[in-house]
Amino acid sequence: MRRPRIALAVGATLVGAALLSALVGPLLAPHSIGAVVDLDVFSPSSAAFPLGTDYLGRDVLSRVLTATRYTVFISFVATMIAASVGIFFGLAAASGSWLDMVLSRLFDIVIAIPSLMFGLVVITSLGASIPVLIGTLAVVYTPGAFRTARALALNVAALDFITVARSRGEGLSYIVLREILPNLIGPLAADFGLRFVFVALLLSGLSFLGLGVQPPYADLGALVRENIAGLGFGAPAVLFPALALASLTVGLNLTIDTLTGGRKATR
Amino acid sequence: MTASLWVTRLIAGRIASAVFTLFLVSLAVFAVSLLMGGDAAEAILGQSATPEALAGLRASMHLDQPAPQRYLGWLIGLLHGDPGTSLVTGRPIGGMIAPRLANSLLLAGLTALVSVPVALTLGILAAVKRGGTFDRVVGIATIGIVSVPEFLIATVAVLIFAVTLHWLPALSSLRDVDSIYELLRVFALPVMSLACVTVAQMIRMTRAAVCDALTSSYVEAARLKGVPPRRLVLGHALPNAIGPIANAVALSLSALLGGVIVIEVIFNYPGVARLMVDAVATRDMPLVQTVAMIFSASYLVLVTTADIVAILANPRLRHQ
Amino acid sequence: MTALVRLSGLQIAACKDGGVTSIVRDIDLCVEAGEVLALIGESGSGKTTIALALLGYARPGCRITGGEIEVAGHRIDRMDEAALRTLRGRVVAYVAQSAAAAFNPMLTIMRQVIEPALVHGLMDRAAAETKARGLFRALALPDPDTVGDRYPHQVSGGQLQRLMAAMALITDPALVIFDEPTTALDVTTQIEVLKAFKTVVRDLGTTAVYVSHDLAVVAQIADRICVLRGGTVQEQGKADQILHAPAHAYSRALVGAAAPRVPAEPIAMPPPAPGEAPLLELRDIVAGYGGLDANGRPKACILDKVSLTIRRGRTLGVIGESGSGKSTLARVVAGLHSAAQGYVNLNGVPLASRIADRSREDLRRVQLVFQNADTALNPAMRVGQTVGRPLTFFHGLRGRTRAAEVARLFDLVRLPAAIADRLPGELSGGQKQRVNLARALAARPDLLLCDEVTSALDPVVAEAVLDLLVDLRRELGVAYMFITHDIERVRAIADDVMVLYGGCQMELADARALGSGPHHPYSRLLMASVPHLKAGWLETTMDPFAPVPGQAGATADGCRFFSRCALAMPGTCDLVRPASLVADDRLIACHRELAEL
Repeated sequence: MRRPRIALAVGATLVGAALLSALVGPLLAPHSIGAVVDLDVFSPSSAAFPLGTDYLGRDVLSRVLTATRYTVFISFVATMIAASVGIFFGLAAASGSWLDMVLSRLFDIVIAIPSLMFGLVVITSLGASIPVLIGTLAVVYTPGAFRTARALALNVAALDFITVARSRGEGLSYIVLREILPNLIGPLAADFGLRFVFVALLLSGLSFLGLGVQPPYADLGALVRENIAGLGFGAPAVLFPALALASLTVGLNLTIDTLTGGRKATR
Repeated sequence: MTASLWVTRLIAGRIASAVFTLFLVSLAVFAVSLLMGGDAAEAILGQSATPEALAGLRASMHLDQPAPQRYLGWLIGLLHGDPGTSLVTGRPIGGMIAPRLANSLLLAGLTALVSVPVALTLGILAAVKRGGTFDRVVGIATIGIVSVPEFLIATVAVLIFAVTLHWLPALSSLRDVDSIYELLRVFALPVMSLACVTVAQMIRMTRAAVCDALTSSYVEAARLKGVPPRRLVLGHALPNAIGPIANAVALSLSALLGGVIVIEVIFNYPGVARLMVDAVATRDMPLVQTVAMIFSASYLVLVTTADIVAILANPRLRHQ
Repeated sequence: MTALVRLSGLQIAACKDGGVTSIVRDIDLCVEAGEVLALIGESGSGKTTIALALLGYARPGCRITGGEIEVAGHRIDRMDEAALRTLRGRVVAYVAQSAAAAFNPMLTIMRQVIEPALVHGLMDRAAAETKARGLFRALALPDPDTVGDRYPHQVSGGQLQRLMAAMALITDPALVIFDEPTTALDVTTQIEVLKAFKTVVRDLGTTAVYVSHDLAVVAQIADRICVLRGGTVQEQGKADQILHAPAHAYSRALVGAAAPRVPAEPIAMPPPAPGEAPLLELRDIVAGYGGLDANGRPKACILDKVSLTIRRGRTLGVIGESGSGKSTLARVVAGLHSAAQGYVNLNGVPLASRIADRSREDLRRVQLVFQNADTALNPAMRVGQTVGRPLTFFHGLRGRTRAAEVARLFDLVRLPAAIADRLPGELSGGQKQRVNLARALAARPDLLLCDEVTSALDPVVAEAVLDLLVDLRRELGVAYMFITHDIERVRAIADDVMVLYGGCQMELADARALGSGPHHPYSRLLMASVPHLKAGWLETTMDPFAPVPGQAGATADGCRFFSRCALAMPGTCDLVRPASLVADDRLIACHRELAEL
């Protein structure tokens, strides 16, 4: 009983730190992100540069703080779009048979194309701007949100209280919004968190291939990519972005896992 | 008799559905490549080409035809095993892809060979010992691995095993492989990096499936008959978990399709995914389309196979 | 004294959210060799938990915390898991409540039945299979030689329950635990299974612990009865003593709830005005699933030419087993399922077949109350909101007036008004069913469709809900269609009774006429299948109406009950749909003459 609580605390702390740095981080950044402030490159931690400098001699701390904001912001907006569209269509599909067929088939196509490859093609053709990035990520993860919402809604829609509401003559919007949706909040929130992690991972994968946020700005994946040369001698410039990314995703997964696992156990 | 007919129809239905999805995917892939645009003829001949030369090349590449006609031509070619010629090299795509595809299949196959047995064993063990220390350790470890992007795992692995320890080569050139030992050395890092994420996902899904079966009434009833633990798991829980486990394996292996792109790039591995990345960079559309179709087809084959396994394993469907 | 089973000071605790609650306390009891002891109590009384403790087993989240458990000389409480394993299935065997869930769907029945014998190394496969087939025969299973080759889903629930008993008996255990083995079965099937169990237990001299909530079932099979409540023993003694002279107040309440209900006083309604249409009238309703054939009949026909009328303020009981179409009947009236043929009239005006085409006024007049209050109430909605919604929807009430009306409705169903702020999860089963009723009453309906509203409740609670229904009818003049599988309940609450079998109407009769005069053979079978609170009833019942074994099924046009009918006339009944025989207070669909019934 005690260990899940520790896992929850660790996870929540990691997520909290990432969100905090996304919100206020750039204000705290000691240097401008594009400024070359050190003559040396890949310098180790020092009083002036707590996380050292990168391959051009820029302050890594400032860059990590800003990059976290990009990663969190892009992932959040993309997840938000994917979840909203997915939930909307998922609920719609759960209430109509032909619509269900069409939507399910449509989303099956998107699922059948490997996500990284889809991103690769779309972003190369449309250019690597932030709106394109968000759009691509949202399209890739909408089918999953759709499937989850649809399955959850179908489970609830089969219950007797929905039949009672239908036999009373309630309209579709009342049934969906007031009777079904309140019962889905918990599972949908958990799904949102997991999807956010997937989106953040795909975003950093794209950035790693050079298709993500473009210089001089960067997200965490791009920071790892541009400083990969420092890997051989363990430069903080490559380790800390990687660490920041991992703590965000690991923390979120850990939190959701303990929360949902805990709920299952008490039920 | 009628039962086997029923099952045959069920399976035929799944296959037909997959083929139909693949057809829709081909439409989508073609549409995206139109969107990717750029005039291939111009791309080949450069800005300074004469209009006559451009028109001639376009005609020879059927680029002057309307899109639906080009789609049909492409689809028919694909079905005949002739996906066209590369815009960049001018060589037939089939010939370019074949050796690369073999390399990628070797990589994916080796990864599957390593990850499936490991994942199933660990997943089942975690389910059997659910709530125990082993389960918790596996749980936290898999969450950790699932949450870390492949490129990070791969680069850290390179850092440790190739750069620091000098045990393994950092790049996977297949040229100087002449012994099993060399083969293992070359493949160790990419396979390990790829397998990490696959294994972690598969463990989680397998564990969930086996846990479901183990908490069922029929397993409790079997326990109360005095059935020993090993038989309880292998004889009672596992047969019921076959469907979900097949699904878990298929989904995890299909995630490998995405991972292979990053891994081939990092290790400079001569596979089809890296060919794809290069083709995207040079806007070699016929090549991109072909690789996209191969990837989608592999996904559908995996998922449909899992469906069929689940159908065949279920006596309720076999003996209607 | 030769006590085969001895429990003393047994304590079992449940660990939940870090806290430990005691769920079974200080249980002392013995079972002598060859004796059948019944553990009886409501849900939550700890009866199953105690029975499982005899196997040294506690469900996940529970723990045996103290006391001595001795079975056939083995000290179960001192054994480790490995030692227990050699005992389970060999010395103590278990028959679960739902055999459908307890059989592994992936393995053949024979493999599972002989498994205890094989894992304990008692005999080889061939010997075990031979013995299993013998047990199948002893348990009166059809096709005893081949039934083992099938998978569980290919066998009916009643047969699975008997197969489970065969699995328990294959090792000749010293003690067999029957855990509510007939609860999930239809009444007529229950009797067959009970008879089979009783025969084997008697012939093999088996010692058994029989767990049940049904005193009348227990009366047939137990030598001694132990009454449990809240994890403690209330009273134990000889079956006769508990049934006829219960000492403890709670035992008396249980016996009272199990005794046949005194029919409610007929309620004086003003006689219908001449020419006044009945409240509800159904004519020749045909309904089902799948497309329609050339004759306009659905492929899977669930209801076949059902007709009925309910007058204002009256109660029609609809009775049938699972699969009889009784729930579909309610769904047709509620507009949830469109009939393929026939019509539904409300106050003499045809009712649209779909909800979307019905007026709000028509919707208000007919309200549905479901069996399972757990799924009938929205778990995310406070019960005050649940009950208030129809008030807003049908009557436009809001704010204070709505709250006051909700409070009045809670008062009407005997619930405290403070309950309005609770979520359904915080209420007991009986409270939930009352909220469920209050929601239906909020619409101020003329007709309540009650689908098995008491069958998920414990007997004492169910009795209270039935009392409430009778009171509400007196106070509000509301009419009921009361759907149930329990003919005793119908007899007590209904004015008229309709008996459904396989979607066809077998009989329509005045409730007071049940039990006297001519009846449809199926009605008789139903009445004869309700266990009486009397030892030895099982042996005497149904002998005149034992179903003929091996009677093949009827054609689609024949009588649906043909294959189970003791009075069937092959050549007629299996080919031709019977017309209704009319007596003054009943309608019977049968080919026989009234005098023969």
